[in-house]
Amino acid sequence: MATTNEVGAPRVPTSPSIEAATVKAKGDSIALRLIAPIMRLVEIPFLALQRLLGVNRLAWVFLLPNLILFGLFAFLPIILNVFYAMTGGDNVLLEDRPFVGGSNFDTLSSCSDFLDPNSCVKDKFWRAVWNTSWFVTLQVGFMVGFSLLTAIILNRDIRARGFFRSVFFFPVLLSPVVVALIWKWILQREGVLNAFLDWTTIGGYNWLIDAQWAFTWTVFLSVWAHMGFYTLILLAGLQAIPRDVYEAALMDRASAWRTFTKITLPLLAPTMLVVLVLALIKGVQTFDEVYAFTGGGPGTATTFIIQYIYEEGFAGAPRLFGLAAAASLMVAGVLVLLTLIQLWINRRNVDG
Amino acid sequence: MRRSLAFTTAFAALCTAGTALVPTSAAAQEVRFMCYSDGNECEVYDEVLDRFEADNPGITVAIDVVPYQAILENLPVQLAAGEGPDIAKVTDLGGLNEYYLDLEPFVDAGYWEESFGGTLDWYRGGPDRQGIYGMHSQLTVTGAFVNATLFEQAGVDLPGAGASWDDWATAARAVSDATGAPFPMAIDRSGHRVAGPAISYGAALFDDNGDAILVDDGFTAFVQQFVDWHEDGTIARDVWAGQGGATYQDAAQEFINGDLVFYYSGSWQVGRMDEQVGDFFDWQVIGSPCGPAGACSGMPGGAGIVGFAETEHPDAVAAVIDFLAQEDIYAEVSARTRNIPGHLGVAGAGVEFQDASDGAKAALNAFAGSLPDIHPAAFAYQGYAGNRAMFGITVERVSQAIVGELSVEEAMERARADLEAAMAESN
Repeated sequence: MATTNEVGAPRVPTSPSIEAATVKAKGDSIALRLIAPIMRLVEIPFLALQRLLGVNRLAWVFLLPNLILFGLFAFLPIILNVFYAMTGGDNVLLEDRPFVGGSNFDTLSSCSDFLDPNSCVKDKFWRAVWNTSWFVTLQVGFMVGFSLLTAIILNRDIRARGFFRSVFFFPVLLSPVVVALIWKWILQREGVLNAFLDWTTIGGYNWLIDAQWAFTWTVFLSVWAHMGFYTLILLAGLQAIPRDVYEAALMDRASAWRTFTKITLPLLAPTMLVVLVLALIKGVQTFDEVYAFTGGGPGTATTFIIQYIYEEGFAGAPRLFGLAAAASLMVAGVLVLLTLIQLWINRRNVDG
Repeated sequence: MRRSLAFTTAFAALCTAGTALVPTSAAAQEVRFMCYSDGNECEVYDEVLDRFEADNPGITVAIDVVPYQAILENLPVQLAAGEGPDIAKVTDLGGLNEYYLDLEPFVDAGYWEESFGGTLDWYRGGPDRQGIYGMHSQLTVTGAFVNATLFEQAGVDLPGAGASWDDWATAARAVSDATGAPFPMAIDRSGHRVAGPAISYGAALFDDNGDAILVDDGFTAFVQQFVDWHEDGTIARDVWAGQGGATYQDAAQEFINGDLVFYYSGSWQVGRMDEQVGDFFDWQVIGSPCGPAGACSGMPGGAGIVGFAETEHPDAVAAVIDFLAQEDIYAEVSARTRNIPGHLGVAGAGVEFQDASDGAKAALNAFAGSLPDIHPAAFAYQGYAGNRAMFGITVERVSQAIVGELSVEEAMERARADLEAAMAESN
């Protein structure tokens, strides 16, 4: 390296990091010089728009492409769905479908006893509703509970913590169909589990043909597949709790249980709420993994509401688009309600 | 001036050259053919249609091989949305009639009537339409496969001709008990499959006016027997309780594995049995057992090649299907795919099935031989435009009865109500 600089003055030795930063800065400035003319050209119409709309409204211009896409692929289908729900027949084109008003909703909600699907005109719809309700209650309860427990353990300074965090997250990366097929092969009549049970002389069982066991394994499969995602969220929430709060509790000789109930849970509450609502929404929308796992059987034991909508609208004959649309709006109503409850509780926590 | 003239000339030359590279619609037509295989049908069509393309340089046939489920579920939605293929191999013969291309203006109608006879009615969807809407590419018949080796090992005689469903159930249970084969009997999870036995138990399926009723005393009697077989272990629940909705499920793999004594399916499985069973065990086809109503009926069926009216190339589509309908081509395809021909000329001349073992040939002949036993109600059911709805209702409600969600009476009540609702919604 030269001992003097370009004007003959002694070159002051610099650290490698400063030299690297200097090189990078020089590189950046070359790039900027190349891009600057293009950016000046692009700036012209936006400056004109800013003069026209004002600085605040200019933000909408940048949001517009995303809003258009969202409108086309989310809002417009919802609006069309409302129209479909008020029509009958099995034509797919809206203009060919007869208007029936609220008849589809009436048909779906015609029951003498809502707790007994057999008393309903559309018994399969209400079986799907009750199946989904039980599934969501059990699946969310177990999943949030296990996720919290796992997050607490993974938040501690245990050996191979990084490895265990990966292990619990790995099922989240798998496709739902892959998850379903793996567990189907494990649980089927001549599957791995029965082979093991036969070896232990306990004896195997035809798990997926038994309605209760098929439902139980469906809950298990769903918890196993998705737990890692919520564990990650709860782990982030735990790590956001300041350490000095625990140090203060330690100095006050608070027990582990008291620390957990009086410090950890309250400070984790906002994160828990997010996890709970996300899990509830995802639970109601469960379809692909269960469809690949049990097909909704045996009978209708594991048929959930989204599968019902799919079968009525697309898989069955005739294709009852109107009924399926009406059922999907009823599901959407439940999800909107859950979201509003979350917003209300959130607001209460913030205001409180 | 000179530079601009040179530029203009060069530009015009480039445009002309570019235009010459773009094929005109008259020069090249691509016909998309949505195909599913029971055995090797799509592969054989692909090879045979290479010859068609060689003889018709302006037409390219692109075969999209899809699972059967896509034909059942995706194709109708694609057609309704106007996004369907040009040609497809279908099994809902009358149900998709509203989308079919009428081939009559493009083909020799006399030849088609003479060659395909009554099967042309299956594609018409009703008496009001009299065109030519599809080529029945494979005639199928439902019937039973039996594992003859297991019978021999058990020392149980095969019930003879005219044996009843009860006789076969008793024999299958005896063979299963003696040999340890886990599954005595199985029937595919399909409304089409149980229609034959139901007719043999007295099901009429239609009233005197020709309107669909599905449920009557005969149908209920068969469903009760079917549920009882599941309860006493004659039929394992794995097939009908192993799926939900109206999803199709067969028991072919259990039969191929040598675990199933008596398997009620159909002639389209012969190729698969021939290839996959091999010398593992001896198997036979025994047609359809008899029921208390005096009938020993299976169900006819099969698949057809149809063109769709929304195609941009109706001439090309008709040319492709007409090519496949010619007697020599049809005979070759039947021989290579080991399917019973729906072409009367080919059936009359007999088919020399290629790469088929003696067992497979005997099986196909046994299926063909059971055609005269098929009840007229079965032919009417196969050609009825609303049969898909009836098949689906049968599978869903019978499955619920099997798993105990509903009693047989409740399931039949629900099936009646479902059919009424389906007929009201159908256009």
